[in-house]
Amino acid sequence: MRPSPVIALIGNPNAGKSSLFNQLTGLRQKTGNFPGVTVDKKSGTWPVDTQTIATIVDFPGIYSIYPKSLDEQIVTDILANPEHPDYPDVSVVVVDAANLHRNLLLFTQVSDFGVPVVLALNMLDVAQQEAKEVNAVRLAMRLGVPVVRINARTGEGLDLLKKAILGQLQEPVMPGKLFFDPEEELSDLISDTKKQYHLDNNYLSLQYLIQHDGFSFLNRSQQVGLDALIDKYQFNEQTFQASETITRYKRIAAITKEVVTSKRSTNQPTWSQKLDHYLLHPVWGYAIFGFILLLIFQAIFAWAQPFMDAIDAGVAWLNGQLKESLPSGPLTDLLTDGILAGIGGILVFIPQIAFLFLLVALLEESGYMSRVMVIMDRIMRKFGLNGRSVVPLISGVACAVPAIMATRSIGTRRDRLITILVTPLMSCSARLPIYTILIALVVPSRRILGLFNLQGLALMALYLLGLVSALVAAYVLKLFLRTKERGYFIMELPTFKMPRWNHVGLTVWESVRSFVWEAGRVILAISIVLWVLASYGPGDSMDRAEARAKQQNRTLSTDQLQNQIASDRLEASYAGQFGHFIEPVIRPLGYDWKIGIALLSSFAAREVFVGTMSTIYSIGSGGDNADITIRERLRQERNPSTGGAMYTPALAWSLLIFYVFAMMCMSTLAATQRETKSWKWPAVQLVYMMLLAYGAAFLTYQLLQ
Amino acid sequence: MSKRSVADLKVGERATIQSFNNQLMSLKLLEMGCLPGAEICVSGKAPLGDPICLNVAGYCLAMRKSEAATILIEN
Repeated sequence: MRPSPVIALIGNPNAGKSSLFNQLTGLRQKTGNFPGVTVDKKSGTWPVDTQTIATIVDFPGIYSIYPKSLDEQIVTDILANPEHPDYPDVSVVVVDAANLHRNLLLFTQVSDFGVPVVLALNMLDVAQQEAKEVNAVRLAMRLGVPVVRINARTGEGLDLLKKAILGQLQEPVMPGKLFFDPEEELSDLISDTKKQYHLDNNYLSLQYLIQHDGFSFLNRSQQVGLDALIDKYQFNEQTFQASETITRYKRIAAITKEVVTSKRSTNQPTWSQKLDHYLLHPVWGYAIFGFILLLIFQAIFAWAQPFMDAIDAGVAWLNGQLKESLPSGPLTDLLTDGILAGIGGILVFIPQIAFLFLLVALLEESGYMSRVMVIMDRIMRKFGLNGRSVVPLISGVACAVPAIMATRSIGTRRDRLITILVTPLMSCSARLPIYTILIALVVPSRRILGLFNLQGLALMALYLLGLVSALVAAYVLKLFLRTKERGYFIMELPTFKMPRWNHVGLTVWESVRSFVWEAGRVILAISIVLWVLASYGPGDSMDRAEARAKQQNRTLSTDQLQNQIASDRLEASYAGQFGHFIEPVIRPLGYDWKIGIALLSSFAAREVFVGTMSTIYSIGSGGDNADITIRERLRQERNPSTGGAMYTPALAWSLLIFYVFAMMCMSTLAATQRETKSWKWPAVQLVYMMLLAYGAAFLTYQLLQ
Repeated sequence: MSKRSVADLKVGERATIQSFNNQLMSLKLLEMGCLPGAEICVSGKAPLGDPICLNVAGYCLAMRKSEAATILIEN
């Protein structure tokens, strides 16, 4: 036994793999990437005995060893490559006892790769509800491997499973022969391949032949060599793969007939099917989905509000305390106006993100999400998307980064690409503070028809605008991205289940943690840089601006003079000069140099916008009135050329529309780059969204002015 | 008349799979348990009649009409 063995958890989606993973590793788990690819890898440690600590790796759920999407590819890649760092010493294949027939297909394939396996027979309670009994002893005898009955939800049978794993680590028990031996039909081809590539497993040799194009561990000449072998023997991969599946299922049927006793006819609809009758109903189906969407929005905007206010107040209080207790000076300013203001801007999103991921996790856990995919597939297809695009689009309301990562389950390349490109048009939570402040500035808080708040309606309109533009953009992209690949949508509808609360909790915790960490670093860095740029200027330009202000404004009161000085100093700073530099470009949209600074600084992360505005207007306004809100400051801001309010409805709407479309998020571009493995698509995304934003904001300003 | 496929079935109708008319799609469907000789039943259809839900091999499988059309059934 190796000192640090790897144990792989493999199984069909919905077989209970993740539950088992959580049971085995508890909180000793972490999320990372498989080396070289960005497929999420969940791994955790498990103390086997006093000297040995095993690593347990949770592999993506798959139906067979022939991958259909990107995250499925990794499983085959690792099982076919003993050199891979995650190559398992033992594979635990989690099998749904209620669906033994289909689950055993994957099991027999994994076993044939020559890795020692343990079969974890899960969901026996579900099988029992369906009046099915599974004879585990007989199953073990027929398959020639250890079989353990477990309940991954409650943790029953885990001790026996651990013993079986330990046994397989120490003295592996392997089946006497392959479940499906390709040599029976292809003896010459398989023995040639084995010889040429120094393999000793027949099934692995077959996988080399069928899947070598996808195996990244083979070099070009090795792949060409395999093509030559295929040509030499006139080997038809597809026909053979089909006959492999049929042969396996035939042998599996013989086994299940022996080990499963079913007492009930399959004709009676289960309660899951009865529920589906309503959830997939032409009227009720959409009504229920609409209601759930409404609930999600309600949660994000209403329920999260008190928590957000509390966080806001907490940060403001801390800021005030620090300003009072620390000696005033540039360092204190940096800490309070720069760093703390930046951190506050991140923390305030946590309630919304937590609520969104909580609800999405509940929908996924219960099995409802796959029903949504089914009822939305037809509509999404019209726009070049896929039923599976629904989850990324909904998640996009919180944050585009996890949403883009969620596109991996879309098997069709083009559908996935289009989903990635349009998802950032969904208004993410980082846009919400911008929307809130600007709407409050120009939309009166009035009730319409005694029911709807006008501000709420305006907010909803912006979200709808995002959704509609995402669909239209998808439609346009569909016209450009022609493909020969045939799109498809084949998906298991899992039975409904009670959500596992610890699982849901972990998901929420993970998403919040990664948001704070990933976005937090960017925002923090930018707010520090911005503070420096706004506080210092080239040479003595800022001091000269101050002197000039003092000279020209002798008649003003001290307070007003202070404000004028601060504002002139800001204008002379590096940031102010940047702002002036881009002013000609943004003037047609109605923006001045101060907004220019905010636009530039939020280029990397739009959530910085509000923070920048408060930094600019607080740096640019003396500092005695630190307690008035940013909204008040914006209201008081005067337009120097007209003397009227700076933030007219035309300007506010122009800014709002700009932020609906603008691609102002470095993290999203990085996610697109990682997921598409090219620089072309993030560039396309950046350009099309920016052009859209500029054009739409221009029209808005010019029409409303 | 061309052969009947799963796409032609009404909700609640049963049939036995005979063969496939698209090899690439058949590989995916076979793995999901749609085997020649297996009995299937259309358990429901999404609003707009597409995708459809099948009961096959003891579980529920959703697929588009165009995929269902590649599964030919015995008369």
